[in-house]
Amino acid sequence: MVKETELRVRRIKNGTVIDHITAGRALNVLKILGLPDSSEGVVSVLINSHGKYGKKDVVKIENRELKVEEVDRIALIAPNATINIIRDFKVIQKKKVHIPSFVEGVVGCINPNCISNSNEPITSKFKVSTEDTDIKLRCSYCGRVISENIAEHLL
Amino acid sequence: MNFKDNHIISTRDLSREMIDHILDTAERMEPIARGEQRSDLLSGKILAILFFEPSTRTRMSFETAMLRLGGDVLNLGSIDASSIAKGETLADTVRVVDGYVDAIVLRHPKEGAALLASEFSGVPVLNAGDGAGHHPTQTLLDLYTIRRESQLDGLKIALAGDLKYGRTVHSLCYALSLYGAQITLISPKELRMPEEIVNDIAARGAVITESDSIEEAIADVDVLYMTRIQKERFPDPAEYRKVANKLKITMETLKNARPELKIMHPLPRVNEIDTEIDDTPHACYFKQAFYGVPVRMALLGLVLGAIE
Ligand SMILES: [Zn+2]
Repeated sequence: MVKETELRVRRIKNGTVIDHITAGRALNVLKILGLPDSSEGVVSVLINSHGKYGKKDVVKIENRELKVEEVDRIALIAPNATINIIRDFKVIQKKKVHIPSFVEGVVGCINPNCISNSNEPITSKFKVSTEDTDIKLRCSYCGRVISENIAEHLL
Repeated sequence: MNFKDNHIISTRDLSREMIDHILDTAERMEPIARGEQRSDLLSGKILAILFFEPSTRTRMSFETAMLRLGGDVLNLGSIDASSIAKGETLADTVRVVDGYVDAIVLRHPKEGAALLASEFSGVPVLNAGDGAGHHPTQTLLDLYTIRRESQLDGLKIALAGDLKYGRTVHSLCYALSLYGAQITLISPKELRMPEEIVNDIAARGAVITESDSIEEAIADVDVLYMTRIQKERFPDPAEYRKVANKLKITMETLKNARPELKIMHPLPRVNEIDTEIDDTPHACYFKQAFYGVPVRMALLGLVLGAIE
């Protein structure tokens, strides 16, 4: 295990810090963002960091400012995450993620008989709804609902 | 109301006004469907029948509808013998076929296939059943039957049989909830309607009760909708026989029925309805099968822009 303190010292000059990720979900966040493959910069991850409200994960991405659409997908698995855009070591923008009403190509349908799980030239599509704090994804093709362990169905 | 170039994928996409408009149109089509009047409303139009699994009745009903309106039918034939065996995607098949025809009727074993087809088709797609998904023309013909033979407003209906897997009863319930129907559900405990569907329908305005006996429920309903219970659903054949006999309609079952009671069934039946019932005014299932023709005529006329 890498000691948390070693990582924490490493502040970034330019880029994005995703803070308050549900503990244990940092790697899923990277998956949603297509990182590190698509990143030119350096990605660092803190797992089970001690935050003010208990354990959390943190992801830092150097030299890349995330777009709103990318960020909102994170809300599916880490609804409390905050996004900090850093320029020249300063936080120039800080915002919470918003649960999108529609996601495409992020999650796979759990229905094996769904047309989106066959060899067709389409991406999966889901309507997103929230009931209390629970997120529900309804497949646009077959109507099946994913309400648990969304992270397990990431594409 | 303009349906021209619309796809018909699911009855859940249809508002009550849209459904009423389709049913009104179907009523105007009835004399043509019976062969009492001739029509060339769809003359020069071609409908592709694209069935990736067999369903002779639905196919014949669509073919009749198209032919009665003076249109032509292009049957792509047994699909497993052709392109699908070579591994072509449904998307490609649809992109090819839509260049030949003015509308496509699709039946496919995978759920969501009709929506996918509509995304790749330049001509209207009519869903004739996709997997355990939607079968909107069946629901519309059920509604039409109820409207013609009983009444849609203030309807009291009992649904009996396999309510768990029966997609026809699920989408029928969704549609009936638009009309504020009182719905009684009768099924063996293994085959009860899934709770999330019951909740959905109730939230949309239907009044739902559950009962375990047809005899009890029958005195108070306008329509009894029977579905077939499949033997395969039961691991124990003895258990199946017990259930099947309990949910079987005989003359005795109808002792307390109202004279106006109509019995519906999507067919084919096995032995849920005793053939003795066929000659009573309660029997409605063969008419119901016929009503599929004017309903499909209405849909074809509407999506092809021949009727507004
Ligand atoms: Zn699906």
